[in-house]
Amino acid sequence: MKTELKRKLEIAACKIRMGAVEGVYRAKSGHPGGSLSAAELFAYLYFKELRVDPNHPKEPGRDRFVLSKGHTCPGLYAALALKGYFPETELKKLRQIGAMLQGHPDMKGTPGVDMSTGSLGQGVSAACGMALAGKMDGKDYRVYALLGDGELEEGQVWEASMFAGHHELDNLCLVIDINGLQIDGPTAEVGGPEPVDEKFRAFGFDVQVIDGHSFDEIEKAFEHAKTVKGKPSAILAKTIKGRGVSYMENVAGWHGKAPSDEEYEIAMRELKQTLAGLEAE
Amino acid sequence: MAEMMKKATRESYGMALSQLGEEFPQIVVLDADLAEATKTGIFKKKYPKRFVDCGIAEGNMMGVAAGLATCGKIPFATSFAMFATGRAFEQVRNSICYPHLNVKVVGTHAGISVGEDGATHQCLEDIALMRSLPGMTVISPSDHYETVAAVRAAVEHEGPVYLRLSRLAVESFNNSDDYRFELGRGVTLRDGKDVTIIATGLMVSRALEAVKLLEQKGIDARLVNIHTIKPIDRELILKAAGETGKLITVEEHNVIGGLGDAVAAVLSEELPTPLRKIGVNDQFGHSGPAAALLEQFGLCASNIAEVTEEFLKK
Ligand SMILES: Cc1ncc(C[n+]2csc(CCOP(=O)(O)OP(=O)(O)O)c2C)c(N)n1
Repeated sequence: MKTELKRKLEIAACKIRMGAVEGVYRAKSGHPGGSLSAAELFAYLYFKELRVDPNHPKEPGRDRFVLSKGHTCPGLYAALALKGYFPETELKKLRQIGAMLQGHPDMKGTPGVDMSTGSLGQGVSAACGMALAGKMDGKDYRVYALLGDGELEEGQVWEASMFAGHHELDNLCLVIDINGLQIDGPTAEVGGPEPVDEKFRAFGFDVQVIDGHSFDEIEKAFEHAKTVKGKPSAILAKTIKGRGVSYMENVAGWHGKAPSDEEYEIAMRELKQTLAGLEAE
Repeated sequence: MAEMMKKATRESYGMALSQLGEEFPQIVVLDADLAEATKTGIFKKKYPKRFVDCGIAEGNMMGVAAGLATCGKIPFATSFAMFATGRAFEQVRNSICYPHLNVKVVGTHAGISVGEDGATHQCLEDIALMRSLPGMTVISPSDHYETVAAVRAAVEHEGPVYLRLSRLAVESFNNSDDYRFELGRGVTLRDGKDVTIIATGLMVSRALEAVKLLEQKGIDARLVNIHTIKPIDRELILKAAGETGKLITVEEHNVIGGLGDAVAAVLSEELPTPLRKIGVNDQFGHSGPAAALLEQFGLCASNIAEVTEEFLKK
């Protein structure tokens, strides 16, 4: 990836992390862990990949994005705000009464949200429907859905995957954020969805395994996915839950907890330092 | 005049869909490996490219329908009532109703008249489930003509709709020529001043027979067909309550959460009126021929007439 673009995306990812932490801190609740692990994926989608226009959020020909792991919307909201769908001040009102930003994505209330999600597994099916509609109408838009690895324990994911494979939805790309942790602990211990690559291959997917924090690898995978014909794509992105905030990294407890005042200060200090470093480069 | 024909409402549904297909190119029909039984196969034959077999995966089917609706399609997601509303309840709630998407959920084989398949397939809870969802319109048509009209109304209505259909053939009694269907408006099939029988779906034809039996006994019963259970026709129900006093509701559903409770809610809020609910009394069904089951559970003309007579004596 070109250095200039990479710098831009790294800055975006850092700002997304800051926005997510800010929102969860103000709300005194929410899901930081999986928002931070997916920050590079959000950044790449909104600032490189998706053909979307914040001034025309409902444009029928746009690419679609479904956050199937809806609980990590603090990350999505930060990306949407950064992209210009709504003012960044909305992030501070996350989860408050009357706020535009609901605890889980609400397509009716938030510009840029293509599907209401939060019940795990359901977003994948909706993404299949969007991809199928694109095929029926001969449109060239693409549909991306972001899932968690814990989410793969939900049976509907595999109903939907079978459907996507069977209907040869090559305009559909599932991105799995494999951070290895869910609420009750390590995914390998709780539900054990591994081997994930073999499962998706068996369901008729083109599968790639990448480092989900490396923009070089993300770019290569997304570019390859667009060339795949006759089958849907799955990009298995290995990540670190809570990435970017030292004390949150790889700690299951930070799945759905808000930082205290002190913890917030530390997180923001660390992220600001990262940002300053990137901007100085 | 309506020619007397016997047809299951699921069959009328399949026919109506395939007729509307041309006028509404946005219609897409989804099924979960039951196209022969649900009669969506009729649409499939005519429009194979707009028919999606989702396989035996009802939860996914509802989500796919939701996704299609976000892209401007009018999906009819069809399965047996039990699986469409029970198994996939949460998908209907979160992926269809919460975002208020234009998906039509269609449950065929509702009630105990599914017959021999038994309790696992006899859905007696679907009205309760679907009516509890914000923004969901619930329609339970009574015969061929009403079903055809209801399918059109569902297409023309913007938002989620649940259409409840039956396996058993039923006589058509609504007038084919001048039948007007309006969402949310009940139909007074017979005027009367002693008592009002309010029925829905398959039970309307049984209630019609019951009214004739009562007439022979000198009881002048009014008959109201509530084809739209939500939003319910409050005005018509309150008028009947005011004019005839006692009311009887008849439905092929658990007495908990269905038509009877919907009517009772209207009455208790505005005009408390004695009400007797005829339905399945909070129990599971079992295997048997449909007609025999309906009789055994009291969902037949003679029992409706009997209960009404008793009720009037009180
Ligand atoms: C159907 C359903 N069951 C349970 C939950 C509660 N829940 C929210 S997040 C979560 C764990 C998700 O883990 P994972 O998919 O790995 O997400 P990530 O680690 O990326 O946050 C659970 C069980 C839910 N939202 N939906």
